[in-house]
Amino acid sequence: MKCRKCGGKAVINMRQHKLSLCTEHYLDWIPEQTERFITKYRMFSPQDRILVAVSGGKDSLSLWDILTQLGYQADGLYIGLGIDGGNGYSDLSQHLSEQFAESRGLSLHVVSVPEEFGATIPEMSTRTLRGKGKPCSVCGLTKRHIMNRMAVESSYDVLATGHNLDDEAAVLFGNTINWQTGFLARQSPVLEAHHPGLMRKVKPLCRFYEREMAAYAILQKIEYVYEECPYAIGSKSIYYKELLNQLEAERPGAKLSFYLSFLKAKDEGLFASKSTQDRTSLNTCHNCGQPTTAPGECAFCRMITAINR
Amino acid sequence: MPVILILREKEYEVNHGMTLRDTLNKIDVQPEAVLAVHQDQLITDEEILIDGAVIKLIAVISGG
Ligand code: SF4
Ligand SMILES: [Zn+2]
Ligand SMILES: [Zn+2]
Repeated sequence: MKCRKCGGKAVINMRQHKLSLCTEHYLDWIPEQTERFITKYRMFSPQDRILVAVSGGKDSLSLWDILTQLGYQADGLYIGLGIDGGNGYSDLSQHLSEQFAESRGLSLHVVSVPEEFGATIPEMSTRTLRGKGKPCSVCGLTKRHIMNRMAVESSYDVLATGHNLDDEAAVLFGNTINWQTGFLARQSPVLEAHHPGLMRKVKPLCRFYEREMAAYAILQKIEYVYEECPYAIGSKSIYYKELLNQLEAERPGAKLSFYLSFLKAKDEGLFASKSTQDRTSLNTCHNCGQPTTAPGECAFCRMITAINR
Repeated sequence: MPVILILREKEYEVNHGMTLRDTLNKIDVQPEAVLAVHQDQLITDEEILIDGAVIKLIAVISGG
């Protein structure tokens, strides 16, 4: 296969775009497309200060790489979860994130969950009902809380995460088969902050396939954690990704069009009234100032109180 | 000589002469879920695997 731009040997073939590219042109193409999405969805401008949520994985490190290449002011935030899982998952991902930042002279905030809250994510999840044996719900709640807090406290303009198209399509698929209209209303490349304790959130990679992001990281020689978080094994999101990839194999572009036609339908008013409803019913947590649906303390603060009891 | 594909700790031996995509389908690996490296270079799924090739497969799907 030949590169469409120069006729050299292609290293990647994107069937959904009928586009194959060589290393050099692929490494140009990804940032160009990212810039296009940033503009299209009005994510941020060069004046904005961006906080990138960095996990040490291929997506978030690539996102940070691309944003700085494009000339944006982007700092990183690494959250240490205290997950070992036999392969030293958290230690390794922190090491790779720090190494990435250092080698490029970028600034990285590090928040350690065990240092700050006295327990690792797996420990927290055994001490609360939320856990139910799997720490993902506790983990998600904690990460969201810390990301918001760090971004608001340090006066960033926007928080950027490395979600790719496969992540978004898997969430969309899960929410659709259960008709979770509230979640569907809130799924978007840009989440506006409707509360002073919330940060605006954007997903600049939401139109790239996961495979494309891995190819970018490899070709750009970014060292990322290849091993998964041990708790991701057997997760629903992986199962949904496999189902969608089965569809994709037969119909190139199926994943992309599933997501894009959802965004279009939403734009045309699907789920609109529900989202307005959600917005007006937000209260402020007495303890941390972040929004909560029920008056009093937010779910995160209640969880922290419960585990320290 | 056959073609050898390596994914994590698993090794697969297949006949040469097929495209990477057909080969992956044959060993039940989703083509969308991996990238393939031959002699330190990423290769596309249309590439025909030659006799004696050793292909390293990189899993690209993560969960959580
Ligand atoms: S798989 Fe679960 S526990 Fe692991 S990082 Fe993701 S959400 Fe957290
Ligand atoms: Zn080229
Ligand atoms: Zn709170």
